[in-house]
Amino acid sequence: MTALLSAKGLKKRFGGNEAVKDVSFDVNEGECVVLAGDNGAGKSTVIKMISGVYTPTEGEVHFDGARLTGKSAEAIRTAGIETIYQDLALADNLDPGLNLYLGREKTRRFLGLPFLAREEMRRDAVDVLQSLGIVVPDPTAPVREMSGGQRQAIAIARAIHWQAKLVIMDEPTAALGVPEQREVMALIERLKSKGVGIILISHNLPDIFAAADRIIVLARGVVAGERRPSETNDEEIVRMMMGATL
Amino acid sequence: MLENNGTSFLKSLLNAWSWLFLILILGFFELYAQMETGNTFLFRVYTLQSIAVAASQILLLALGLTLVIVAGHIDLSIAFTTGFSAVVMALVIRFFGPEGGWLTVILALGVGLLAAIVVGLINGWLVAFINVPSFIGTLGTYGIARGVALIVAGGATVSIRSDEARAIGNGIILGFPVPVLVAAVVAIVFSYLLTHTKFGVHTYALGANRASVERAGVDVKKHLVILFVLSAFTAGIGGLIYTGRFSAGAANAGEPILLYAVAAVFIGGASLTGGQGTVVGTVIGAIIIAVIQFGLVFSGLPPYWQFVAVGLVIIVAVIVDQSRDRLTGVSS
Repeated sequence: MTALLSAKGLKKRFGGNEAVKDVSFDVNEGECVVLAGDNGAGKSTVIKMISGVYTPTEGEVHFDGARLTGKSAEAIRTAGIETIYQDLALADNLDPGLNLYLGREKTRRFLGLPFLAREEMRRDAVDVLQSLGIVVPDPTAPVREMSGGQRQAIAIARAIHWQAKLVIMDEPTAALGVPEQREVMALIERLKSKGVGIILISHNLPDIFAAADRIIVLARGVVAGERRPSETNDEEIVRMMMGATL
Repeated sequence: MLENNGTSFLKSLLNAWSWLFLILILGFFELYAQMETGNTFLFRVYTLQSIAVAASQILLLALGLTLVIVAGHIDLSIAFTTGFSAVVMALVIRFFGPEGGWLTVILALGVGLLAAIVVGLINGWLVAFINVPSFIGTLGTYGIARGVALIVAGGATVSIRSDEARAIGNGIILGFPVPVLVAAVVAIVFSYLLTHTKFGVHTYALGANRASVERAGVDVKKHLVILFVLSAFTAGIGGLIYTGRFSAGAANAGEPILLYAVAAVFIGGASLTGGQGTVVGTVIGAIIIAVIQFGLVFSGLPPYWQFVAVGLVIIVAVIVDQSRDRLTGVSS
């Protein structure tokens, strides 16, 4: 079976500084791969080379049978890779429907003029969220009035509504309380069951073990090791993060 | 839905406070008039027309400003964008003389608006492309527009003789003064723009979180330029109306209105941090200020009290805005 995403020999140099030296890994459909590593290990740089924010100095990325390297961030999103940033990039003052459709709003013509189809977008949002197991108490309320888990769900809903095949999540539980962290973990499970591939960045060990199908540990810009959660333990992962020899 | 009923009642009260406040001051002046003179204040065509004209002057500066403030920015330059377009219009009419007729006036309106739009383009360029904070950037163009308007006007008021221009400023159609009709049309267009179009949604989103619209693929720089051009556009229309009303273009035509325009937007529910505000709210805000202005003059108090009164209303508006934030904070 060919991988959904395959990164080969990624390298990124900023001036004289090699942030990423040599990183290769695959992600399969419906699989959650965790990129673990200490600060400065190169996790974010790797992600940005996949999402098109950076162009790799060397190496390439293939996705769904096509070569992505060198394409724009916009083109990569259209190809089906969505990145959910820590800050979620939601417009807090708008309802879930408008957030779901932000930038691609639905309109209806009336007397020749386009009017936003607010109700329709709201209904779609409720449907997509329901498929993620989230019930929104009041879909007309701005998303600022919702819980951290619900807000995360809206960001994820936006990704899957636009047919993302791979979702990159950057520290999704970092700012959340314990119950909300659980909600996010449940969301990840549901995404996997829809066949969506996930790359999760985290340095929270319980999250890593709860979500991962495979753990790829980065240290100082290289892959320090790859493990399945069942074959390893906290201690070994931490040692790998610290760059200890294997 | 079953959340604390007291809280949600208070919330809707705070959302509607500007309406209540408007009714309250209208009631106050009506009561005052009845007791002092035995005559009505409100139910006279003259009063209504005067309030409407004063409100429309404020509105023409405040409408474009509403969009800019919703997007989380500010435009101070409108004070002199108004004066600049007023002066330019007057100069064009004077250049062709009083015999120029409608053709001249229409040309003058066009050139006056163009002058305003140039200021808007500069503002938009500064904020979007040079990343100058809008408060500082438009304070700069406030000075530049003021200077240029005074220079082209030769430092004086540019008086004109044109029946057509006077008709634009003072005409009455079916009982409605032309400036009021113009402001009403602009208000309806802007209300549609802000509440029913993609452009409006992106403006709200921009005010709440720039990253949200940027990552959604919206060209934020272009959006900002359009916002500042719209702001200059309505302020420019205000200048044209001024020249028509007084048969003269003055560089400082908009200066005394700037504070009122900003106040109208905030009384109407906008927030300094952006992401909030409506055109309907701004219209109510402008009417409140116009009622205070006219009511104080009507009641024979020294007109300077209007500054005090408007200042107080601005402070109340900010307090209401903050308690609303606190309430939504509590309920989540």
